[in-house]
Amino acid sequence: MSEQTGLLKSSLSKKYLMAISGLFLILFLTQHFIINLLSVFSAEAFNNTSHFMGTNPLIQFVIQPILIFGVVFHFVMGFLLEKQNRAARPQKYAFSNPSANSTWMSRYMILSGAVIFWFLALHFYDFWFPEINTKFIQGDMSGLSIDGNFRYHEELIHKFTNPIRVSIYILAFIFLSLHLLHGFQSAFQSLGARHPKYTPCIKNLGTLYAVAIPLGFAIIAIYHFFSH
Amino acid sequence: MTKIDSKIPQGTIDKKWSDYKSHVKLVNPANKRAIDIIVVGSGLAGASAAASLAEMGYSVKVFCFQDSPRRAHSIAAQGGINAAKNYKNDGDSVFRLFYDTIKGGDYRAREANVHRLAEVSANIIDQCVAQGVPFARDYGGLLDNRSFGGTQVQRTFYAAGQTGQQLLLGAYSALSKEIAKGNIQMYNRHEMMDVVVINGKARGIIARNLVNGKIERFSGHAVLLCTGGYGNVFFLSTNAMGSNASAAWKAYKRGAFFGNPCYTQIHPTCIPVSGDHQSKLTLMSESLRNDGRIWVPKKKEDAIAIQQGKKTGNDIPEEDRDYYLERRYPAFGNLVPRDVASRAAKERCDAGFGVNATGQAVFLDFAYNLKYKYGKTEATKKGIHSPTEQQLYDLGKEVVKEKYGNLFDMYMQITGENPYEVPMKIYPAVHYTMGGLWVDYNLMTTVPGLYALGEANFSDHGANRLGASALMQGLADGYFVIPYTIGDYLADEIRTGKIPTHTPEFDEAEKIVKERIHFFVNNKGSKSVDHFHKRLGKVMWDKCGMARNEKGLKEAIEEIKQIRQEFWKEVKVPGSDTEFNPELDKATRVADFLELAELMCTDALHRNESCGGHFREEYQTEEGEAKRDDEHFAYVAAWEFKGNEIQPQLHQEQLVFENIKLVQRSYK
Amino acid sequence: MKLLLKIWRQKNANTQGKLVEYVVDHVSPDMSFLEMLDVLNENLVDKNEEPIAFDHDCREGICGMCSLYINGRAHGPQTGVTTCQLHMRSFKDGDTIYIEPWKANGFPVIRDLVVDRSAFDRIIQAGGYVSVNTGAAQDANCIPVSKQDADKAFSAATCIGCGACVATCKNASAMLFVSAKVSQLALLPQGKIEAKDRVLNMVKQMDTEGFGNCTNTGACEIECPKGISLENIARMNREYLVATLSSEK
Repeated sequence: MSEQTGLLKSSLSKKYLMAISGLFLILFLTQHFIINLLSVFSAEAFNNTSHFMGTNPLIQFVIQPILIFGVVFHFVMGFLLEKQNRAARPQKYAFSNPSANSTWMSRYMILSGAVIFWFLALHFYDFWFPEINTKFIQGDMSGLSIDGNFRYHEELIHKFTNPIRVSIYILAFIFLSLHLLHGFQSAFQSLGARHPKYTPCIKNLGTLYAVAIPLGFAIIAIYHFFSH
Repeated sequence: MTKIDSKIPQGTIDKKWSDYKSHVKLVNPANKRAIDIIVVGSGLAGASAAASLAEMGYSVKVFCFQDSPRRAHSIAAQGGINAAKNYKNDGDSVFRLFYDTIKGGDYRAREANVHRLAEVSANIIDQCVAQGVPFARDYGGLLDNRSFGGTQVQRTFYAAGQTGQQLLLGAYSALSKEIAKGNIQMYNRHEMMDVVVINGKARGIIARNLVNGKIERFSGHAVLLCTGGYGNVFFLSTNAMGSNASAAWKAYKRGAFFGNPCYTQIHPTCIPVSGDHQSKLTLMSESLRNDGRIWVPKKKEDAIAIQQGKKTGNDIPEEDRDYYLERRYPAFGNLVPRDVASRAAKERCDAGFGVNATGQAVFLDFAYNLKYKYGKTEATKKGIHSPTEQQLYDLGKEVVKEKYGNLFDMYMQITGENPYEVPMKIYPAVHYTMGGLWVDYNLMTTVPGLYALGEANFSDHGANRLGASALMQGLADGYFVIPYTIGDYLADEIRTGKIPTHTPEFDEAEKIVKERIHFFVNNKGSKSVDHFHKRLGKVMWDKCGMARNEKGLKEAIEEIKQIRQEFWKEVKVPGSDTEFNPELDKATRVADFLELAELMCTDALHRNESCGGHFREEYQTEEGEAKRDDEHFAYVAAWEFKGNEIQPQLHQEQLVFENIKLVQRSYK
Repeated sequence: MKLLLKIWRQKNANTQGKLVEYVVDHVSPDMSFLEMLDVLNENLVDKNEEPIAFDHDCREGICGMCSLYINGRAHGPQTGVTTCQLHMRSFKDGDTIYIEPWKANGFPVIRDLVVDRSAFDRIIQAGGYVSVNTGAAQDANCIPVSKQDADKAFSAATCIGCGACVATCKNASAMLFVSAKVSQLALLPQGKIEAKDRVLNMVKQMDTEGFGNCTNTGACEIECPKGISLENIARMNREYLVATLSSEK
């Protein structure tokens, strides 16, 4: 790859990478949502799936690092792009009326992204760090609690007894929704996937996804809060 | 009376150009690099010439006063470009295009030049398509045509209502390609202030950097002026605000003769003036006359009611409408040439039938063709057998929208009226100047090494230009004429070497320019530049506009002198000469308009006949048509500058018509 | 109408600019926006003040020379028109109007409301053409182009290079401008031969000029006076992707 087409250098390549990492995270989110949904219907199924995901070496040592890389990449790239984009207009307008030509979501991706970032920190503190601690530092790969049952469902429910945490989660889901409302269809546009026949479908699907998935996550959290 | 040599090649008309090309002197590729060519102006003629010459290997410098060469006013041409392709199989040929252009120009153009124009017209379309100009196409993927005024064939290629834009961007892309290769040096926001003549030859220019006011010298073995027309002498015209005559005028004062300055084209379909604040007029493409019918009320009382705002065009029943062009010219109807259409509109308005508050407007009405031409066709296509009026309107509207949508939108924007519902109001406005620097067959002025291309020269349109011919001429001159003819001169320049810019001639020219600028920024006047420009424009429009007469022209000459004197006393230019100062730019341009205007009137006064755009009220037929005097005036008037405030000298280039018989133009 | 104008004044590229207030009276609704500024300038000249510099030329919406960020929007409150076509009937008596130049790294201010858009010229010079020399072309009808492609190419080619896309984009991105030219030539058979080099070189030049990245807000499409579609940006993204992956350079 010559200097001219350097994959990471050009503005367009950065867009592709943002789009691809974004779409990858959307896939992950879908998967995460399905597993969460299990927790509502069957504690057992949820436990079994969680245990599988938590102990399967392929997922733990191949897919999980890719996922983490994807998340970090998407964030870092997003912030770098934002920095560059701000530099492209060193002198701001004294008076601007951007709502006349663009949506709030599209203009504040960095804000919704940042909120999601802080939420992820909390989320990691809640689930991921304890999990890593139990499995890889204390070396307990059994997935069982003291009473001999799978601990995953129990831990999940325990976290959602705190109303403050639930509120923060719901707030984060709102921002996730805003982020997706623009991000989903934007990723396709960035990759050049646009066609008069299919683009309307993609846009509708994107809106549906951006509303349904975060709403689903929120409902699951609320369900656990009220049902226990 | 000195003789001027038009250098028309020998031979029959259809062989002149090809024989010329076979025998013209050439410059070998190695020598071309050492030859500098200066091109002033980046419109169709300038950009195409610069690109073509750079491709050939010459070192080219291009100057434009705008912020980018892509802004040149060629971009505003709407309707199309003529070419004798005969793709429509309707009997078109090089001869017919030649004939139509000579006739349209009221037999005041040079046969050999016009034939050459018709010959290369087809190459222009080929060249532009190869560049990626997106002309309109039919469903088979081939090029589409439409018809324009003054012709009975469909030979006009177009790109919606933005043909000029597309052609200019094509030429601009060719220019950009050569800039990227380093063959062209581009100078944006630079205005030519004078031509430098050394030992009788054009050797360079003085230019002003409009951003920082610096006066700069540039030398070249040839100077090409592609600087457009001088319609802005009228203040209100369809020209761009910056369009000016200064380059041509400076050339005139350095010895280039000015040809037929009185030939100005008044375009029949422009949006009427709305008030004193008006800064320019907007053209509605001639292509609208394909489908729009022009009319005024038959009854005076209807006209008065409309003028007073008590009635609209839609209130006038069909039988009370006077489709005066269809009535007077049944053969060509609404598609008569521009000069004829403009005068007919003026005649009706002067008679009191005008249709806006000022009484200076006529209707251009699409309702009939919208419903009964397009609406019906669409209904038939869709299998609707007895469509209602509303259905016809809806179906037709879609077609009209596709054809003229951008023009209709523009009209709506400017006037606040919806032309799909009420008829458009139009009135003639100054549009194009057929006159310009006199050039020979090589496009060279009377100053050796100084060329004029496109609208800046006088050559191909006689006393009236046909629609869609300006684009053709600009590109013909730039792409296909100058690359050959310039060799004839430059072949003798290969030993000249680099031309120095520290000669006394450059010193003198720069001194004059600096003195003038110094005067403007230091003059303690009390009136703005626009004040004088507006006054000049009014005199010109009233007395040297659509109709002229001896008395008016004589008055005009006196009034122009008066305004000019006052200008030099009272003009006020704020700011300094070392910064970006648009008022100063304007002042230098208006100073030249004030001199050119007088020459236009002088020319109009001397031409005791009516021809094309030059209509002298004393010389008309009983039906009010222009009456030529071929016996005494079948010549090009080429004026020579003799000094400030001194009567210029007239030279005559007799026009010889060997292939076309001179007859009274008839579009009946 | 009487209006309060807050206009950006800046002596030159090296000085700081600021908003200055002017009152303009007796404005007719039939005036164009620029004619209103003409009136103001005439008044300023009368008062021995320096008139406001702004770019303009054809005043019929096609040359692309006029600019102005009016009340927070490129080319003012209406869509589909340039500033020179904007008429005062879009405003009402007593309005306050903010008038600023295009602000972007790629468009340095020259004076007041005038900016330097030569970056656009350099982007075109990087590849916005078909490399065909004068005289070498074949008959025009030897290159059939489907009407659909010709129409799309035309729509892209109507770009007037005014820079409203950059001015209005929150990232000052020039993607719409660049993609319009890339699209026009990519859609036509004449342009396909150089398509890969063209898109690579033009994007490279665009990046060099300091324009921002596209984040698909779509503001450019709405403010573009010629309605150039985002479809062109998608097409350029596609063209560039293919070119990057397959180019041998």
